[in-house]
Amino acid sequence: MIWQFDIILLIFLVVTAVISLRVKDLLAASMVFGTYSFLICLLWAGMGAVDVAFTEATVGAGISAVILIATVYNTRRDSSD
Amino acid sequence: MGEIFKQYVIDHFNFWIAVILMMIGLYAMITKNNLIKKLIGMSIFQTAIILFYVSAGVKDGATIPILEHHAVEVEQVEMLAAAAGHSPSEHAASGHESHAINPDDYSNPLPHVLMLTAIVVGVATLGVALAVSQVIYKNYGTLEESEILAKIKAAENDG
Repeated sequence: MIWQFDIILLIFLVVTAVISLRVKDLLAASMVFGTYSFLICLLWAGMGAVDVAFTEATVGAGISAVILIATVYNTRRDSSD
Repeated sequence: MGEIFKQYVIDHFNFWIAVILMMIGLYAMITKNNLIKKLIGMSIFQTAIILFYVSAGVKDGATIPILEHHAVEVEQVEMLAAAAGHSPSEHAASGHESHAINPDDYSNPLPHVLMLTAIVVGVATLGVALAVSQVIYKNYGTLEESEILAKIKAAENDG
């Protein structure tokens, strides 16, 4: 894998992980977590794990984000931390 | 100094980030008060472990682990050559359509297959945990851990 691409993706990965845990709006946290999943999917496609990459794209970035948003919709959107 | 930095940080950056993400996820699971935030932390922890395993299967200059159409293993090439009655080098030179696989050309597929299962298990865990947190919200009217514990304690004192 191209190492510059690898390092940029990994730094963005940590940034999105921290943002999704720090933001107080749970809907925003779910969306940023979907971005995190998609970034890690790109990382796996770059590392040659294409089967893991498309599973992550459908299951991680797709289903996880949708069920998180559905839960936020059924409960409440604000969080204390 | 620069050489050491390159050897230990740049060349193994995936592993550094895997450990950092693992600690971010663990910290969120322990300290966050909201149940959804705890679950996001758990998912980050899981992807960090998957990142560690997939990074272990990467080789420099290797491609995706899918064989080319006519590729056969080295032993088979030698066997075919022996059956045809000439040496492997002659066999290769004869322009036969099959050629040997070099394992160094492909990244290791074993961690990928193991982690495929881990992704699916991770999403199943997340789904069940979110369903349980919806039931908790229905019963206690909140997703904050401290408020839920206070309500449980109050209910015990009343009973």
